[in-house]
Amino acid sequence: MTAAEPEYGIITRGLRKEYRGVAAVEGLDLEVRRGEIFGLLGPNGSGKTTTIRMLTGLIAPTSGSATVVGVDVVRSPELVRRRIGYMSQRFGLYDDLTVRENLEFYAGVYGVVGAARRRRIPAQLAEYALTPRADQLAGTLSGGWKQRLALASATTHEPDLVFLDEPTAGVDPASRKLFWELIGRRAAAGMTVLVTTHYMDEAERCHRLAFLSRGHLIGVGTPVEITARFGVATVEEVFIELQRRDEGALA
Amino acid sequence: MTLWERLTSLPFWAMLQKEFIQMRRDRGTLGMMIGIPAIQLIMFGYAIQTEVRHLPTIVLDESRSPESRRFIQAMLNTGNFDLGGTAASRGEIEQRIAGGEARAAIVIPPDFQRDIKRGRTAQAQIIVDAADPLASAAAISGAGLAGAIRSQALAASRGVGGGIEVRVRPWYNPTSRSAVYIVPGIIGVLLSITMIVVASIALVRERERGTLEQLVVTPIGKTSLMLGKIIPFLLVGYVQITVILLLGRLLFDVPIRGSVATLYLVALPFVVANLGIGLFVSTVVSTQAQAMQLGFLLLLPNILLSGFMFPREAMPEPAQWLGAALPLTYFLEIMRGILLKGTGLRVLWPEALALVGFSVGLIGLSVVRFRKSVE
Repeated sequence: MTAAEPEYGIITRGLRKEYRGVAAVEGLDLEVRRGEIFGLLGPNGSGKTTTIRMLTGLIAPTSGSATVVGVDVVRSPELVRRRIGYMSQRFGLYDDLTVRENLEFYAGVYGVVGAARRRRIPAQLAEYALTPRADQLAGTLSGGWKQRLALASATTHEPDLVFLDEPTAGVDPASRKLFWELIGRRAAAGMTVLVTTHYMDEAERCHRLAFLSRGHLIGVGTPVEITARFGVATVEEVFIELQRRDEGALA
Repeated sequence: MTLWERLTSLPFWAMLQKEFIQMRRDRGTLGMMIGIPAIQLIMFGYAIQTEVRHLPTIVLDESRSPESRRFIQAMLNTGNFDLGGTAASRGEIEQRIAGGEARAAIVIPPDFQRDIKRGRTAQAQIIVDAADPLASAAAISGAGLAGAIRSQALAASRGVGGGIEVRVRPWYNPTSRSAVYIVPGIIGVLLSITMIVVASIALVRERERGTLEQLVVTPIGKTSLMLGKIIPFLLVGYVQITVILLLGRLLFDVPIRGSVATLYLVALPFVVANLGIGLFVSTVVSTQAQAMQLGFLLLLPNILLSGFMFPREAMPEPAQWLGAALPLTYFLEIMRGILLKGTGLRVLWPEALALVGFSVGLIGLSVVRFRKSVE
């Protein structure tokens, strides 16, 4: 690691987003280390997607600061965007383009052209096990294939960090397992991953977790630390406990 | 990085390539974009041809002679005029045409037969309600032709000079805008419709499918995104122009008196301006249905105020100002100038310059309005 490279993939300080006077995310202080798979958990409406959208510059925070891959995302979102990948629940694929064309398009959008593109596209097809369907229209792929294509499209430019917003929603268990193996391999190679999920088996695969509840950060740590703090056996029980508190607060 | 590398690595090229692939795959839309102008033109053309026939006509025969009756019969035989009664005075003709009861009148002065017999030029008058230029044009030319033929027949049978002079009086629209005058306008109107609608849908479709959210987090610039989106439609625009020009020429004898090269050159800023309007629409709306509605809403002033249907000189001033804010108004001037009068840029440069201004302004406005965010 050179001195210029930051130790943290993401640092936020007092990050806050308000919609019409109601806080969706409240005073968030997060630190995600380089090469870490960091899970952002919480019930629906707890502020996970809002957080990711602020960190990718899709929406501007009401107050607070966020540094992503060492760059202030509020001030220079375009600089950040060159070095991150983003995969949403909706995948963002073009159904009327083939697998290869989708990859080529996103490569081109990130400025990966010429020799670099000729090298990267076959490499991505192979790494994400997409080669057999390279010339099939993306719209005709099943969920697991689409999901891997979306991840491949978001990483062709070899980003330092990827945001995965519920990447495995509605995908079968075998595909999810393969997907997490692929993420693990990339993280081991130094890519930082920030992922949101509702699957607790996936949460337990993360290096560290952060729990959000109604916009507040209420716990950060490894899965083992978190379960110990809540005095329960599994991450799932932490989750259910949180949801119970949320509903209690609303009632 | 060299300038060349910088240029070729622009996200714009990826966008352009993607749009071309998608357009090629979407055969239905592509077919419609090219088929619709053809169908519209043919419908328009035949509507023109059927409407001009059988105008309800009143007759004021002050001559009451065999020659006058023969002349009236010749006019009715053209099929353009249907006898709808007789009038007793010129005042009555005015009243009945103004009231919409009749659309044309044949007036024959008292000395019609006497003039013919003496070898002098006999005069007859055809009055046509030209407020609807589509309806009146062929009737007017048909009347002139029938008069000429009757003159020749007279000359042949009597071997004397003179004949009949038919004086056609188009009322309400003295400049007499003919069907040929309308067809060049169709090119402009159809281009406006399709370009505004396809461009407005293009961006909104990405928003609806969720791919825009993906694009927004990539380093692609707003200008690359929007130009890459619309440039493929430029080609569609040019195909449309060509189809309409060819069909107009083959089916309706629309002349091309000026330079086709000039026409294609000036069409560029016009098409870009309309794509700009479409892009602007897509920055305002959030669904494809809304985009369509707003697109068609913008279409009405284009048809009504641009001078396509009604002469702008006859409009009240506020309507003229609104018309002056439409790219189509200038394009119509140019099209009519090039196709019908054979004029070139030496005369039409102010209109061409206005179109360039519109295209730069509208694209710029859309780029400024478009936000790379999802709020």
